[in-house]
Amino acid sequence: MKKLESTLPNMILSLGIICVLAATLLGGMYMITKDPIAEQMKLQQQQAIKDVAPSFNNDPEKDKVEVEENGQIFTVYPAMDNGKLVGAAVEGSSMNGFSGQVTVMCGFDLDGTVRDYRVIQQAETPGLGAKMETWFRDPQGARSVIGKNPESFSFYVTKDPGGKVDAITAATISSRAFLEILRNAFEVYKDYREDHI
Amino acid sequence: MKEKVNYWKIFYNGIIPANPIFVLLLGMCATLGTTSSAYNGLMMGIATAAVLICSNVVISLIKNLVPDKVRIPAFIVIIASFVTVLQLVVNAWLPSLNASLGIFIPLIVVNCILLGRAEAFASRNGIFASFLDGLGSGIGFIFALVLLGATREILGTGKIFGAEIYPEDYGMLVFVLAPGAFIALGYLIAIVNRIRKTY
Repeated sequence: MKKLESTLPNMILSLGIICVLAATLLGGMYMITKDPIAEQMKLQQQQAIKDVAPSFNNDPEKDKVEVEENGQIFTVYPAMDNGKLVGAAVEGSSMNGFSGQVTVMCGFDLDGTVRDYRVIQQAETPGLGAKMETWFRDPQGARSVIGKNPESFSFYVTKDPGGKVDAITAATISSRAFLEILRNAFEVYKDYREDHI
Repeated sequence: MKEKVNYWKIFYNGIIPANPIFVLLLGMCATLGTTSSAYNGLMMGIATAAVLICSNVVISLIKNLVPDKVRIPAFIVIIASFVTVLQLVVNAWLPSLNASLGIFIPLIVVNCILLGRAEAFASRNGIFASFLDGLGSGIGFIFALVLLGATREILGTGKIFGAEIYPEDYGMLVFVLAPGAFIALGYLIAIVNRIRKTY
């Protein structure tokens, strides 16, 4: 077959058809994948809540409360055992990271001790700030925040006045954003606890 | 044109003689950005190779239907569509892959290896040859990214694929950062070209 000449009708027709086909393909794929993607997001969130919160037998999704703290929306997923509050998972974010939004699911025991955390979303530098998922649970040095209570322990990086937590090497900004989320989440949790205990 | 096509040569060409990174120096943005560890490099390489093979085949298929003057926009639309489809599929059905690869997938669109191979090869050759060219260049790209990622990971953090070789405290952090990427890439290109000339 001979190659099509570069005349105006040919160009418009060819490019038009390609675009229509591509749009159809993308639209179709979007329709097909929409539900599975929403499903995955929900599963991921439920898994994160289950991972970080103390064991519960209520439905944290149903009991969730949204609070604004320092300009960001924080969501409290309370963990109840037979109707009694035992702790919570708090999802919160910060825009003060190195690139874009950082979202973390923080788990608290009843007294506010950090049980565990999961980084839900981040776009920090790979190999540096992106290490936050593992760094702040590493028992080495003063890195770990697990088992510490923000009430009595300063959740600031050691570079900042009074700070007690080792920042990720060469990623102080990402570390500050991470700790900021934890601090705010703790405040939100404390307010929630006062109302519900 | 009854001349016999050397398929092996087409395939092999993309791996060493015309390696996208070490010889053609294409796609530097994605290369330098994602090779902070061997694993990241491998993942980016696989994702790019998958899109490269698909786009090469499709472009070869429609090469006579696209007038010369609009070929670049047409190719871009095709490549971007494949990248978006890949992203949706990974998002929906491969959540574990999405966690490690998710942030790299959109970067593939701006990778000029795809457009380069489309322009230089797929728009002039048959479907099977284009498939092999995509496969060869893809493997060459993966090879280069893993090599660069591993070099930077070893020098920067003392690990390779996350397994510790020497304590992290002795690592040169600069190799994990952008300047180290340029330094490591420069030396690797020199070494690879030396080896290529010798054999």
